[in-house]
Amino acid sequence: MTRSDNNPWLLRFAAFVAFNTLLLIGLGGLVTSKEAGMAVPDWPTTYGQNMFLFPPSLWQGGVLYEHTHRLFASWVGLLTVALGIWTHFCESRRWIRRLAFLAILLVILQGVLGGMRVVLLKAQIGIIHAGLAQSFLALLCVLTLGMTRFWRSLTPSGAPAAARRMLVVAVAMVFLQLLIGATMRHEHAGLAIPDFPLAYGKLWPATDAAALQRINLSHPDVAVTAGQIHLHMFHRLWAVALLFVSFWMTRRIFLAAGPRSPLGKGILVWQGLLVLQALLGASTVWTGRAADITTLHVVVGAVCLSFTVILTAVAFRLCQPGISTRASISTSGRHQPEVAIVEAEEAGVAR
Amino acid sequence: MKLNSIVATGAAWAGIIAAASAGEITGKITLSGTPPPEPQLEAKTQMLQADLYCGKKSSGPQNRVFQVGAGGELGQVVVRLVDNVPANASALSEPVVLDQKNCEYIPYVTAIQTGQKLLVRNSDEALHNVNIAPRVDGNKPSNKAQMAKAADIEYVFPNAEDFLPLKCDVHRWMFAYVVVQPHPFFAVSAADGSFTIKNVPDGKYKVEALHRRGGKVVKDVEVKGGKAQVNFELTAPAAK
Repeated sequence: MTRSDNNPWLLRFAAFVAFNTLLLIGLGGLVTSKEAGMAVPDWPTTYGQNMFLFPPSLWQGGVLYEHTHRLFASWVGLLTVALGIWTHFCESRRWIRRLAFLAILLVILQGVLGGMRVVLLKAQIGIIHAGLAQSFLALLCVLTLGMTRFWRSLTPSGAPAAARRMLVVAVAMVFLQLLIGATMRHEHAGLAIPDFPLAYGKLWPATDAAALQRINLSHPDVAVTAGQIHLHMFHRLWAVALLFVSFWMTRRIFLAAGPRSPLGKGILVWQGLLVLQALLGASTVWTGRAADITTLHVVVGAVCLSFTVILTAVAFRLCQPGISTRASISTSGRHQPEVAIVEAEEAGVAR
Repeated sequence: MKLNSIVATGAAWAGIIAAASAGEITGKITLSGTPPPEPQLEAKTQMLQADLYCGKKSSGPQNRVFQVGAGGELGQVVVRLVDNVPANASALSEPVVLDQKNCEYIPYVTAIQTGQKLLVRNSDEALHNVNIAPRVDGNKPSNKAQMAKAADIEYVFPNAEDFLPLKCDVHRWMFAYVVVQPHPFFAVSAADGSFTIKNVPDGKYKVEALHRRGGKVVKDVEVKGGKAQVNFELTAPAAK
């Protein structure tokens, strides 16, 4: 079998795996939204039976969500292994083959983490499980991107170095926000504050003993703690910070890259995704954490991270090693004409 | 061997004599004011009614947090000695059963002694999981599957803990709470608010009435001639 960098069917399959992974993240989000993560207490068995033979008549209540999540996760695991093998035999670029191999390792690790979260009763493992799911999707997206004609057509035309740095920071900020969100969900802090944009009618809610006693009248089963309220507030504050920073980044990158460049178009889409995600976050509170809205918030969060990573990859692709740029973004945010690429002049290499 | 049997017989008689001479504290708990409605009750009822099995068994919405009678009688209040607790009291050995029936835990609030067995039963035709999340070190968290009509699951908690939560994640409206006491001098008030703490020797004590969301009241009580009566009035928390 000959290897090539142009495998249309492999590309379609990679996109299919990434799409299934997004669905799986949605199912996982639904499990947590429905508070059904512990509805099947054993793993890898289900109520003592082989999970693939567990009778559908027993898929009751929370079991339905958790068991479906496990079965679909097995499906994605299988797809990922197939993708890895196919890529190994057909893809000529080593970095893509390596990513595909890494995907197999991650999907196995992810499955084991999911099982450990159930068996060891550790919410912390659930947070790692959620964070790894988002990272896994981002990896599959980059892998798929690398197989596209669009990627191959991208020539090093000089992305502003500042844009690359900004996007790396953006990836870190978005990922941190997803981790805070995952922590909030697994620590049951999602409805620790029931109103928005205020918090219990204030900018910063009181968390003394008397205030908590009042608050807990609305929480009959599990008491809300001060820690949960602070965690929830941190998620909100980080969202505000992220939005402000993203508006600033978008303006600067758009003006520097230009409206016709992939980076210029992409950054506008990215900004739209972040605004949508913020609105979904607010809606999650306004609807009393309705399962569909909350799950959509998780799914769009995953899309936000993957898209940020894709943009970053594109920015790096536009400025390959060996090509230096004087690209900069002025304080006014306007693209400097001379910033186009200055290839290797300084290094004494002919263009 | 002979000496052992004499000692054992003596100890048994001592226990019988002590029990016979021990008294009891009786009383009634009432709630003043109107309890707040149970939040999320409607949503829970909807979930319950949507369940294929549990929906048929549902007896309709109930405020399980404040179980109040027509005259303000308050059930599910833990009443216990909190001071001058008699030493060397015999530990309670009879297991306590917490049943899952019609997709609810019965009772909602249970009290047991440290080391006493708690048997969680499934009387339903549906499967449940029993998810226990203690907050006190030494009481182990666990999550166990229990198929329909399966054998009881046995728990023993070594350390005292107030309102240790149990929940079922299959049916997420199902919650119950267990108060684990370090001594055997406690009771949980019945639906009519009445309670009886048994085998309390004559003496002066502080008795506490503790409700999960209604707070607590402590009173001085003297058991004299094997009897004492004390009533408690808890105040309904103000709605937000």
